Amino acid sequence: MNAIAGSNAVKIRARGVTKRFAVRRRADVIAVDGVDLDVEENELLAIVGPSGCGKSTFLYMVGGFLEVSEGEILVDGRRVTGPGTDRGIVFQHFALFPWLTVRENILYGLRERKVAEAEREATTAELIALIGLRGFEDVYPKQLSGGMKQRVAIARTLAIDPEILLMDEPFGALDAQTRTVMQDELLRIWNQRKKTVLFVTHDVHEAVRLADRVVVMTARPGRIKAIIDAREAHAPDAANVRESPEIARKVNEIWEHLRDEVALAQRQEAVSSSGRGG
Amino acid sequence: MARLGVEAFRYAPLVLLVIAWELAVRYGVISPNFLPEFSAVAGTLWALTLSLELPENLGISMYRQAAGFSLAVVIGVALGIGMARVRAVELAFRPLVTLWYPVPVVALFPVLVLILKLGDQLQITVILLGSILPVILSAYNAARGVDHYLAWSALSMGTSPERLLWKIVLPAALPGILSGIRVTLALSFVLLVASEQLGALGGIGAFTLSAGENGFYTGMFAGILTIGLVGFVADRLYLALIRRLLSWRDEE
Repeated sequence: MNAIAGSNAVKIRARGVTKRFAVRRRADVIAVDGVDLDVEENELLAIVGPSGCGKSTFLYMVGGFLEVSEGEILVDGRRVTGPGTDRGIVFQHFALFPWLTVRENILYGLRERKVAEAEREATTAELIALIGLRGFEDVYPKQLSGGMKQRVAIARTLAIDPEILLMDEPFGALDAQTRTVMQDELLRIWNQRKKTVLFVTHDVHEAVRLADRVVVMTARPGRIKAIIDAREAHAPDAANVRESPEIARKVNEIWEHLRDEVALAQRQEAVSSSGRGG
Repeated sequence: MARLGVEAFRYAPLVLLVIAWELAVRYGVISPNFLPEFSAVAGTLWALTLSLELPENLGISMYRQAAGFSLAVVIGVALGIGMARVRAVELAFRPLVTLWYPVPVVALFPVLVLILKLGDQLQITVILLGSILPVILSAYNAARGVDHYLAWSALSMGTSPERLLWKIVLPAALPGILSGIRVTLALSFVLLVASEQLGALGGIGAFTLSAGENGFYTGMFAGILTIGLVGFVADRLYLALIRRLLSWRDEE
């Protein structure tokens, strides 16, 4: 499968990326197997795949939180060796610092980077307005709903203005209605401040709604099975990407690729859990 | 006002117990040779307070308790987090902690007397050695249990790996550490009194023991009441402090 991009500038380049995990008294588990992928600058690229297919593992390697076992990941042509402020990350379970208020959470990265106070305050105020949480500045995360927490997590990441936004099933912990609202919110923010977004999800519909291109991964060991262009399914009016026959058609097209992999992943899970039980 | 009423109601069983104590002795259910009346104990407590005998001994004890407890907290937190974060520290101290766990420190008292001689240093050492484990274990477990997504988030926002300890591990582990310290606080009072009764120059434990040995029973019970009261107040103050420090915590 040709995953190499065409004319636009490549922001993230993965070549032969493989991740093996050592398992005690068993053969190594290969989570990600030889992934080649180019993500273009300012592209919103979604990765879908069955659970356990290594899509989050791949994202963590781009983030520099996990080391690659083989191959390499380049960001702007430089090899990733660890986490960096050029790559912000948003997790499914928010990972807000519970001992800091909303404002302090958003300020965190700015303080760590020793941004001048006036600029810090201006950026924070602007972001709180962007995510619609005015009036909640001095509240602790425990007092927020899931959707609000994820808004804060996104704002906290945007505060350090990373060129790349890594999102690990960011709306997976939210209820269906909040999820739709947050998807629109993300599109709005992404249209305002262009960034390269790598978005991991198991929700095909979400991937088609949001992404320029959708990468379909196989069951473990995770490889790239297909890359589908979703742009043609989006209405030209960005505010109206919601439901359309094109979106449904794209979802079906992706689902055709995914169906066998999901079945395989479920068999793998059944085998490994019965193995644990015995 | 309503709150005050609820508080009063919560301590009602205690008041009933005191009344029962007073009446039981007064009407001969319990022999006054075995247990003096509460009113007599309270009177002695007051007299001993005015004569400064009780405050002076209490002062000596509180100094020992504060020193032993503070040392246990500082060293225990440092060791526990060190063991959780640095492999070498864990390898060096884990066997010691495991071996130390079941040893009753009071049993080592004669040895400690030989080494340290009588004096504040003896009680401080007993409290330190006997109450440090809950701090070490809670700090160790809390630091190990810190959600790695928090650390990853901080790293991606520019926190260096060296600063992670201060910025993320310590605040995230604080609830666990503070609950371990509460156990240590209670233990430190037990060890204080026990070690003062085994051998000490002054202190509330030594005072209580000698009052009992000399047949000064109201004095003995006054000492016991004082110890109980101080321990209780210390625990309440500590709980209030925890609540303040952890107001951000999500209690489900």
